[in-house]
Amino acid sequence: MFWNEKIETMPREDLEELQLKKLQETVKRAFNKIPYYNKKYSEVEVYPEDIETLKDIEKLPFITKDDLRESYPFGLFAVDIKEIKELHSSSGTTGKPVVSGYTKKDLDTWAETIARGLTMMGIGEEDILQNTHGYGMFTGGFGVHYGSHKVGAAIIPISTGQTRRQIEIMEDFGTTGLIFTPSYGIHLGEVALEDGIDPKKLGIKAIGFGAEGWTEEIRQRVEEIFGAKAFNIYGLTELMGPGVGVECEAQKGLHIAEDIFYPEIINPNTGKVIGAEKPGELVLTNLEREGMPVIRFRTKDLTKLTYKKCECGRTHARISRITGRSDDMIKVKGVAIFPSQIEKALLKVGDVEPHYLIIVTRPETLDEIEVKVEASKDIFFDGVKEMMAIQQKIAKSIENETGIRVKVTLVEPKSLPRFEGKAKRVIDERNLH
Amino acid sequence: MKIKQLSIFLQNRMGSLSKPLEVLSNADVNIRAMCMADTSEFGILRLVVDNPLKGKEALEENNFLVKITDIIGVEMNDTPGGLTTVLKIIKDNEIDLEYLYAFTHEKAGKAILLLHADKLDELISALKENEIIIVPAEEVYNL
Repeated sequence: MFWNEKIETMPREDLEELQLKKLQETVKRAFNKIPYYNKKYSEVEVYPEDIETLKDIEKLPFITKDDLRESYPFGLFAVDIKEIKELHSSSGTTGKPVVSGYTKKDLDTWAETIARGLTMMGIGEEDILQNTHGYGMFTGGFGVHYGSHKVGAAIIPISTGQTRRQIEIMEDFGTTGLIFTPSYGIHLGEVALEDGIDPKKLGIKAIGFGAEGWTEEIRQRVEEIFGAKAFNIYGLTELMGPGVGVECEAQKGLHIAEDIFYPEIINPNTGKVIGAEKPGELVLTNLEREGMPVIRFRTKDLTKLTYKKCECGRTHARISRITGRSDDMIKVKGVAIFPSQIEKALLKVGDVEPHYLIIVTRPETLDEIEVKVEASKDIFFDGVKEMMAIQQKIAKSIENETGIRVKVTLVEPKSLPRFEGKAKRVIDERNLH
Repeated sequence: MKIKQLSIFLQNRMGSLSKPLEVLSNADVNIRAMCMADTSEFGILRLVVDNPLKGKEALEENNFLVKITDIIGVEMNDTPGGLTTVLKIIKDNEIDLEYLYAFTHEKAGKAILLLHADKLDELISALKENEIIIVPAEEVYNL
């Protein structure tokens, strides 16, 4: 089943021709309409007319999250604000957030990518789709919502939380499709079991999961709990939101909607393109975006790309499961956190930046973060009350900075490992890689 | 008059108490009195030693987090009710005690009570007014 068979099964030659045409238009528009690109490209003396082949994209400099932040809020918009119909923002909050703006056409393109994905999962107009992704500035909720409208499914915009109500609705409404983060999905299933409801008997046909790291074991667990196939959905706010890549029934990688996004894999250290079948950092370019064309965005996500034709019949390239990050970002409960945020939070409590270590675990199904902080003169008082207050103050400061509640443990000076060069600040014990 | 107590930050884990005591022993610093305040994760070890500055230096050289805290020692009768008399005075003067610990004096029938309050000077005057003997720091160090 295809949503857009002509595009999704287009011979590669034709697809590449289409991509080149769209890339040329995108670069030209960005150069003419957005001062950021104009300045950046002029500095390295690359101009729209230099893009003669797809490979010429490599002449263009990368754009990073920092660039997007510096352009906060609307610096990278290519259209007048009156053309912008919706605004979203990333959840990661290192400094200024990243804003994403959408025109009417962009929202339709977004819906198109999700519609293709839902079709891959077997979700159509007969279905009732329960979307547990948060509705709000986070792109997860609305992206799925628009795509669901496009395929004609009945969407239940329930958002995250209210776990027992989620289960009640699944039973009463006869939900056939679920969208969740894998950890929340497993939690949902376990709560249902506790209440004597077998999730397998709920009649779930398909599950779309995303917004956090996962492994094959996690997928199997989700599939076992609900007795349904689970498909990964990949996306990022900077480029649009969920739907950049979705798994088809073969479950052998995520198809990138290549007429809408142009993928490259680079060596994260040298920035050189390394091509297909080799692991590296994913770089993405919007080929079909009016409001805010993003060209050569370094996602920092590590993966592999393959152009081999998929057994499902689609010709669009596939990325493998994201195996890690080329920076030190961690995703906890679907929220992106950088150690620099923890640093900032600690500096707000004491004057000196203490040594710290972030330990991420998943004792049951939900993520937990412990931040070990070496006590220092600055934050040592001869009183248990005061010390407990310091721990709480640090925890609060971290929560303000990241939006995530953490457990803070004060440890003795020099008791945390020291590293030469770049410090290792995160120990992820969730075995996601 | 004020006694310089060492407050040491320790993690609550097996064996964490032995290292600082070993450091003090190697530095030839003698412990007069000690008490431990602990939570499930960390503790504060409080020590009165014969040479606080030397003790602090030795501990810091070994990466311990040490603070010198002023406390006072009062002499009280080592008999039932000895402690109550002192505490009543403190309560009547509305002084908030942070912690206390005690050990027996070499003087027969006497004990020394070590006290810490944020308002330490107020505590001293209240005790003095009630004719409680405050033990000079040197005396406690050199017991």
